[in-house]
Amino acid sequence: MKKTLLRIRTLLCAGVFMLTTAVAQAQLRVEISGVGTNQIPISVAIFANEDTAGQSISTIIRADLMRSGVFRVVNNGDVISETTPVNLARWRDKGVDALVVGSVVKLADERLDIGYKLIDTIKGSELSSFRLTVPTSFARLGAHRIADDIFEKLTGIKSVFATRIAYVIKTAGEYRLEVADSDGENPMLAIRSPEPLISPVWSPDGSKLAYVSFEDKKPIVYIQDLATRQRIVAANFKGSNSAPAWSPDGSKLAIALSRDGLTQIYIVNSDGSNLRRLTNTAGIDTEPRFAPDGESVYFTSDRSGGPQIYRMNMKGGEARRVTFSGAYNISPRISPDGNLLAYISRREGRFQLFILDLNSMKETKLSDAARDESPSFAPNSRYLMIATGSGSNSTLAVVSTDGSTRYNLTTRTGDIREPAWGPFMK
Amino acid sequence: MYLTKAISVMLAAALLFSACSTTKPDSSATVEERTGKPVSRDSGSAQTEPVGSGDISKSGSRAENRAESVKYADPFNDPTSVLAKRSIYFDVDSFNIKEEFKSVLEAHAQYLIARSDRKVLLQGHTDERGGSEYNLALGQKRAEAVRRTLAIFGVPEAQMEAVSFGKEKPRATSSDEAAWAENRRCDLAY
Repeated sequence: MKKTLLRIRTLLCAGVFMLTTAVAQAQLRVEISGVGTNQIPISVAIFANEDTAGQSISTIIRADLMRSGVFRVVNNGDVISETTPVNLARWRDKGVDALVVGSVVKLADERLDIGYKLIDTIKGSELSSFRLTVPTSFARLGAHRIADDIFEKLTGIKSVFATRIAYVIKTAGEYRLEVADSDGENPMLAIRSPEPLISPVWSPDGSKLAYVSFEDKKPIVYIQDLATRQRIVAANFKGSNSAPAWSPDGSKLAIALSRDGLTQIYIVNSDGSNLRRLTNTAGIDTEPRFAPDGESVYFTSDRSGGPQIYRMNMKGGEARRVTFSGAYNISPRISPDGNLLAYISRREGRFQLFILDLNSMKETKLSDAARDESPSFAPNSRYLMIATGSGSNSTLAVVSTDGSTRYNLTTRTGDIREPAWGPFMK
Repeated sequence: MYLTKAISVMLAAALLFSACSTTKPDSSATVEERTGKPVSRDSGSAQTEPVGSGDISKSGSRAENRAESVKYADPFNDPTSVLAKRSIYFDVDSFNIKEEFKSVLEAHAQYLIARSDRKVLLQGHTDERGGSEYNLALGQKRAEAVRRTLAIFGVPEAQMEAVSFGKEKPRATSSDEAAWAENRRCDLAY
């Protein structure tokens, strides 16, 4: 049995700042379409003594696995620890292929010791197990780590339950940029303002957010360190400053500036120095995003008459048009593995999420909604988070890139927009 | 060539504004207008102190004058003046300045040329449909179109800045055609 001790410093980076607001319980409704028969049947037992954690570890794991769309989670009312003898035949008869068991011990110094085991019910073998020790306040993170291990062992794909999201929520007359767990729980405040906040983007190492604030009555780009809450102005030139995007090595930002009249794309160092211009057209060039190799930038441009997505090399030169369907394509996002381009396309007046396979150049519609905006890839490239709805009814939704799964995050009420999915946590 | 046009436009504007009994600010009779309230312009008396700072009898007589005939030392404060129009409206996806708004911009241009101490912030807006960043850029294009028009009318660069709020600060908050039309605009903020 492996013993894994999570470094407290890592966990503290997950959210040191300010108020933890306990909010309404998540009402989980996951829509799975099409591939239900391919789901892995799994059951998660109640962990022994999990009441002492203050959180139901097994409930969090079950919810994570359900949201992924990959598992069919079978009900389980039994308390089973990793040392309890298990009647595997009973679970096989219920059609369960994998069983998750575990236990929680509350230690003297406000920490929890969580043990977990993943059992193959058919072979009767142990697929994975470990112990982890976390501060009590990080019980949810411990559960997400276990769910990640289950997902990875059974699919071979890197899992994203123990990641964070940033988003802007407009509530009670103010705008709040918040960071929460990937399931929307544990929201923590990064900054609040009476004026709008838009376009948060994570630094590649997860320590900072760049965002656009209208607190000075015009859009200005800031970079804020999440742990210290210190921030710097990355761009405040004459006119509008917006659309920040980090280079993959975290050293530069691409931004959209209107300092020379019309909105064009510039590159600036992440300390705000060394501004240089990238695009030079007579129209709008905005929404830059670096390709994962850092060599080229995708962006939105209306140089052909309406907004379309283009790609150009960082060193300059001709931009190549990438989208050709429809008259309005915006918000390009590249998957971290470089295979997919996600964007929002307006078709017959409806704003919908699309992906383009950059190898086959095949376009797939991922949404039938009417008002989707600002897509953001999960760090494993398998899911996209979007804002959907309109005005005060805007919520966050997650869509799997294979089109099989969609769910809404309903943990916060209010007008929620501008999601940004954070990187893998170290 | 455009300078001649600017001068002739200014003369036309001067005729227009003569009804308000002000042409250019005359420093000897200038009244402190920071309060923005209408103040009558008594000829022949030194009116350099702000409204209300004089003794009671003086402010009493001022109040009487105000009741009789409201004159504005600064046309900017006259709610019936064309300068009171501070918004230019646009069609969907468009940043084209429609004919009906050209005279409004001309009037603002005259004002800015006459008052080199005044600056205008041109704030572009869009309706709520579509992404935030693209709409920020579209709003910028609207503000920029207004800026270029004012520049053609002779307003110096230093007196103007074009910024955008995109769809982030709508004036009308419902989700219908009327609200969308109201939000597709550029505001002139002094």
